[in-house]
Order: sequence, then C-alpha cells, then structure tokens
Amino acid sequence: MERNTKLHGLVALFDTPDQIIHAAEKVSHSGYKDFDIHTPYPVHGMDDAMKLKPSKLGYVTLVFGLSGAAFALLLMWWTMVVDYPMNIGGKPFFSLPAFIPVTFELTVLFATLATVIGMITFFFRFPDNKHPLHDTPYMQQVSRDKYGVFIGASDPKFNAKEVRALFESLGGKQISEIMEFEKTWQDAFNPKFIGILVTTVILVSGGTYFTLNKLLYITPFNWMEHQFRGVPQEKSDFFADSRMMREPVAGSVARGHMPYEFKDSVAQPADPLENPLVNSAEVFRLGQKKYLTFCSPCHGNYGDGDSRLNQQFPNPPSLHTAKLREWKDGNIYHVITNGQNVMPSYSHQMTVKERWAVVSYIRALQKAKNASETEIEQFRKENTSNGN
Amino acid sequence: MNIDYSKELPIVQGRLSLGELEDLIAKPMSEKPTPKYYIALAITLTLLMIGATSLGFTFYYGTGVWGNNQPVGWAFDIVNFVFCVGIGHAGTLISAILFLLRQKWRTAIARFAEAMTIFAVMCAGIFPAVHTGRPWLDGWLLPYPNQHGLWVNFTSPLLWDVFAVSTYFTVSAVFWYIGLIPDFAVMRDRTTGKVKKFLYSLFSLGWRHSHRNWQHYEKSYVILAGFATPLVLSVHTIVSFDFAVSIIPGWHTTIFPPYFVAGAIFSGFAMVVTVLVFVRKVFDLENIITIDHLEKMNKVILATGMMVGYAYAMEFFIAWYSGVQFETFVFINRAFGPYAWAYWIMVSCNVIFPQFFWFKKLRRSIPVMMVIVIFVNVGMWFERFVITVTSLHRDFLPSSWGYYVPTIFDFGILIGSFGLFFTLVLLFVKAMPVVAISEIKAVADGAQPTHHGGDH
Repeated sequence: MERNTKLHGLVALFDTPDQIIHAAEKVSHSGYKDFDIHTPYPVHGMDDAMKLKPSKLGYVTLVFGLSGAAFALLLMWWTMVVDYPMNIGGKPFFSLPAFIPVTFELTVLFATLATVIGMITFFFRFPDNKHPLHDTPYMQQVSRDKYGVFIGASDPKFNAKEVRALFESLGGKQISEIMEFEKTWQDAFNPKFIGILVTTVILVSGGTYFTLNKLLYITPFNWMEHQFRGVPQEKSDFFADSRMMREPVAGSVARGHMPYEFKDSVAQPADPLENPLVNSAEVFRLGQKKYLTFCSPCHGNYGDGDSRLNQQFPNPPSLHTAKLREWKDGNIYHVITNGQNVMPSYSHQMTVKERWAVVSYIRALQKAKNASETEIEQFRKENTSNGN
Repeated sequence: MNIDYSKELPIVQGRLSLGELEDLIAKPMSEKPTPKYYIALAITLTLLMIGATSLGFTFYYGTGVWGNNQPVGWAFDIVNFVFCVGIGHAGTLISAILFLLRQKWRTAIARFAEAMTIFAVMCAGIFPAVHTGRPWLDGWLLPYPNQHGLWVNFTSPLLWDVFAVSTYFTVSAVFWYIGLIPDFAVMRDRTTGKVKKFLYSLFSLGWRHSHRNWQHYEKSYVILAGFATPLVLSVHTIVSFDFAVSIIPGWHTTIFPPYFVAGAIFSGFAMVVTVLVFVRKVFDLENIITIDHLEKMNKVILATGMMVGYAYAMEFFIAWYSGVQFETFVFINRAFGPYAWAYWIMVSCNVIFPQFFWFKKLRRSIPVMMVIVIFVNVGMWFERFVITVTSLHRDFLPSSWGYYVPTIFDFGILIGSFGLFFTLVLLFVKAMPVVAISEIKAVADGAQPTHHGGDH
C-alpha cells in the first residue's frame, strides 16, 4: 500500500523501561490526548504514567457470564420440564443439583468468549492490519526490544515542531514521521465484493442445511440396521412368487383353530359330536351371555321363536319343539357352526367352547320349559336346603 | 549444586538481552527443518496411521472389534479418554492457576503446556466419539431443536462430559490464542517471507503492542485465568462423575473428584516434563526452560503423587470402614484378584517411584527424572485401567463375572492417539513460538522499571 503526505503522527524510541515510563508521564502531563506507548510487553506502572482509567472489560464478562447461567437454566428447564419431561426415578423434573454442571460450563463459555470477542472487536477495534504504524521501522523495533512513544496528528494540541522538541528533551531516538496510508475506497457494488458476499451466504446456509439435514443422516456403514433377512409384506427377489411372506405347509393347522369335521355338510352328520363341556354355573353363564347376544334376536330370549322379527322374516323356529328336544347336542352344534336355511354360520362369531356353552344353555332352557311337577318340587327342595 | 532457595531465582538464565531471547525462541520457525525433524515426524505419523487404520476397522466393523463386552463394557476407550484429559490439565494448571498464584517461572513453560492441553483434549475427544458406535451421529449429543422432537438428558453425567470437555477445549484454545496474538505480531515484524508475513498478520489481527491494548489485554488474561481455574477443576470432577454417579462398587465414591483432579495434575506434569526435556535440548532453550523449572515441576509431581497415594489408601480404608460387602470385595479383588498385576504396576509407578524426588540431586538430574516421569505416565494410565476394568469385571453378580482382554485394535487406537499428540506437538514447535515471547521478555532481568517496583 502507498503512503500519502498526510501526517499520522510522530514517534520516538527509547532504550529502557525507566525512560519510557518517564516519557509517558511527561507526554500525558503535557496535555496530549491522542498519544500511545508501544512496548514489546506490558510495562508495569504504565497505567498510572499514562493516566489510564481502569479497564471496563470486567463488566462484559459479568453480563455475559450471568446471561450464560440464565440461558443454561432456562434451556434445561424448558426442555426437561415443559417440552419433554422425563420421569427419572420419580425425581423432580427440575432437579437443580443435576443442572449445576451444565450451568457452570455454559457460564464459563459465555463469559470467556464474550470477554475475548468483546475485547478484540470493541476495545481494540481489531482486526486492523491497515493501521499507519504497521510496516514501519518503528513498529519492528517496538516489536523486538525498544520502547516507543507516539503522538497523533489528530490531537488538538499537535504541533510537529513542539512534539519533536518534546521527544528530544526526553532523550528519544529515531524520531520520525508516520504518514497515512493512501485510502482506497471500496465500492459496495464492486462485483468482487458482491461475489464474496454471495459465496459466503451460499456456503454458510448450504453448509448448515447440509450438516443438519443430510450429514447427520448419512450412514456410512449401515449393516447393523439393514441386514440380509426377509421382511414380511416386502417384495422378494429370492422366491419365485416374489412374496417374502411364505404360505404354511399344506395341512398345517393354526393353534386353536382345529377345523370342523363336518364343515359345509347341509345334512346332519350321522354320528354327531359329543358336548365336551361339563355342566356348571360358569358354562351356563357363558352360554347365556352368548345366546342372548347372538341367538335371542331371532329365537327369542327363552327360545320360543317369538322375537321382534316375527312376521317380518321367515319365522324362526321355536327351540322347544319335539324334534329339537330329541336332537343330540351335536346336532344343535352342527346347526350353530354351519347354519341352516336362512340362519348363517356362527363359527366366526363364537369360539368352539362358546358354541358348546350355547348348546348347554339351550338344553337348560328346554329343561326349564318342560320340567315335571316332581322335578320342580325336587329343585325347590334342593335350593331351600342349600339355603338359597 | 548449592542453591539458595530464600532468594527468587532468575527466570531466564545466561543474561540474555530481550532481542537475544526473541531470536532464540523464533529460531526454529525461521530455519528449514533438519533431517532429524523429518525422522521424528515420520515416526509420529506412522503411529498416527496405525491409529487411523484401527479406527477405520472400528468404523467399518463396529466397536465389536474391541475387547469390550459384558461385563466390561467400558475399557480402553474410557481409560484413554480420562488419561488424555488428565494430561491436558497440567497445561491449564500451569497457565492459569500458577498465573493467579504469581508464579513467574510458569512463563517459560506455559505456552508449551497450553498447547499440550489442546492436543491432549483433541486426542481425548476421539474415544467417546467413537465409542458411541455410530460416530457420524455424534451431532445428536448436542441439544438442538430437531425433527425427532427429542432433547438430550441434562441430568446424565455423560452429557455433562460433552459440555465440560467441549467448553474446556474452547476456553483453552481461546486462552492459548490470546497469548499468541502479541507473539504473532512479533513474528510478523521479524519475518521476511511473503506467505509467512501474510499468515502472521492475519493471526496477529493487527496487534501494535500499544499500551492502550496491553491494559485490556492484561485484564482479560486475569479474567480468563480466573475462569480457567475452576473450569479445569470442574472438568475432571465431571469426568469422575461418569464413574461416581453410577452404583458400581469401586466407582460409587465421593473421593473421586479430588482424587481425579490430583491424578490429572500428576500425570499432566509428568507428560510436560517428558516432552520439555527433549524440546529444551533440541531447540537450545536450556537458558529459558531451565533445570530450575524442571525441578519445580518435579516437586509438584512429588506432591500430587502423594495425594494420589493418599487416595489409594483412603479408598481401601473406606471400603473396610463402610462395612459394605461388595465394596470390600472390589478392593481386595483389585489388589489380589486377576488384575493384581495392573494394580501393583499402578501403585509402584505412582506412589513408590516419585519418592526419589525427595532428593535434590535426583530431582535435578535429567536421566533420573526422565525415567521417573515415564513411570508416572505408565502408572497413571494403569490407574484409569484399574478403576475402570477391575470395578466392572466382577460386580454384584458372580454369575456374570468375566476377564477383559484388549484386542489389537484397542492398542492400535491407543498408539494412534499418541501419534496424533506428538505429530501435533512437532508441527506446533515448528510453526509457533514454543515460549511466550512477550511474556518471557516481561520477566527477564531489567525488563521492568526500577523506581516503580516489579511487585505489581
């Protein structure tokens, strides 16, 4: 970069820390405001000599440290109490002791990052590689082992002759002028600048999108999730019929689904099945429940064939006819299972056991309708003797 | 050999001027690397490649290639993780705690120790990241709003670890960089190469050694040191919570946080001494990193070694005093069970060998300290092995007892982590000032004004 003829300031170099402290005291005492001291390392006592106010950096740390703590606690409270509460051994959702570590870490993180970024940007106004002092012999020497003082031309008291005289009286060496860099203004619509801006925007937004939506879902090695095995309902390249789900071997019987021997035979079987259930209150209750659900809409609550459907439909028969009473249990079971005339099969609504229980219940109904006086007497006796 | 300890020793020996100090420290960066450097780099890169290959196998076949299995589900991965984080702690201790304690001798070694912190934490991060099984999904460790509608569990010590280690790495890196800014400016003004000049200018951010900046800079240094101090203690405390918050006998102990922190400082100092002995020799820094510095570090090793020894004894005492059957068993099993060999390697390396540092002659002898610090490194690795593996291999249920044997991949990744660590160290010593130039200038004789006193 080219320098122009505009004076930025005057500089002088000193050899010892004592000299520079003395020089700093004198310069600040002379009333200059735009002056600076450049030393290869912080020289003790310089704050007082330059009459600097204490650094306010600590306030940045305090504010951001507290923000970090508040942010951490709010984040954990919202996620763990509001958005996705997890019951961990009955402990409170907001369990402060367990939140302390993360709170502490985020406090430190926020505080240190804010301190450093705040210092570099707001206190130092960095990055600044185009300052007039750069690339001067002066800077190279204060960078190494000399101590320099600088008075800026923008200071209202600045007078090149007076400043030079002041430096000479202090014993300054290599007193020299620092010229400003030629300012080159950049046009905001400079194609290069816009290009950089657009590239940055594309890279940042694309990178974020790619990371969160693609990168995190890329599985380089996925054979823990996808193994060589058949999944039912999926297409198969292995079997001829392209179906992954296989049919059972011919003749297989599913558990609890023993097929009915006389299925679809309209005629009554010659040798019907025996009722496997032993009469008990439980069997009758089951039979009653199923009878009232499935049979009573046509046959009536007591098997008389007198339901509401009478006259609206082929009249359902009574279950108390002589034919029915003489039938074996197996005959009734066959009709329930296979259906008869307009009566459909009930094998899908009732299990085998329920159908037999209904048969037992029908038998009880028949018995109740056709009991002789002696039998009723007997029944009453038994019940009273049982104390019912 | 007669040193008067009542007077403060000069930090820089040999009456070097400020310029000579700078030339000495900047020399490795301006010279072309020697064949020796390339040989060293070749060795560390070989180790690194061994680790990369082992990691490749681990990615490809899954963590099943390791020796981990029931009942020892945590082994080399967590052992190496704790070991590496522990090494890192010496750097923060030297740069932050000794800074707050006004130990000026720290200046000569702080930069290097901080660099080691950063490299060690990088190595440490590999192990838990890989142990997740599907490392490409490690982004899920962070709490960000996602389509799964899930959050991380903030009450889990493993999550605390994520926050502690990442914060520790960030803060250490920032602390390190802040220290480097004036040195980058020094290098910028020294160098003649165009590329170097551009890079040093970029990283120096335009630093001008202005006292108006130094004032805030020193303030920020105190603030960062003040934060780094509790941070370093918190990190190893949280690492110890990984164990202590569980209910496994041998892990469920309140002594763990201070015990782990002491152990971390112990092993970290040992590693710093191990590496510095070579660095000061190879780069002719004997006048800056003096034998007095090494002696002081050896004293810290002796002190922390005894703290660790105390913790070993106290664990045994509590195991007996608590009257808990399982706890008692675990400790007897540690000392006399199938892993007794590991236990006694740990005790002898960590408690017995450092006792030689009671003698000033041995403390100041390079060969002796070299042997002892290497023993300490080995012993501290075994301490983590003993804590992790012996507690797991026999816990409550005798029917599920087992014996853990590492596989070649476990060793490969361990070797690789050393390869990564030393490769980064080698690159660092060639690219950046190993000693903080501006800080060492400030503590050299005659660097501070006489009538204002150096007691600020």
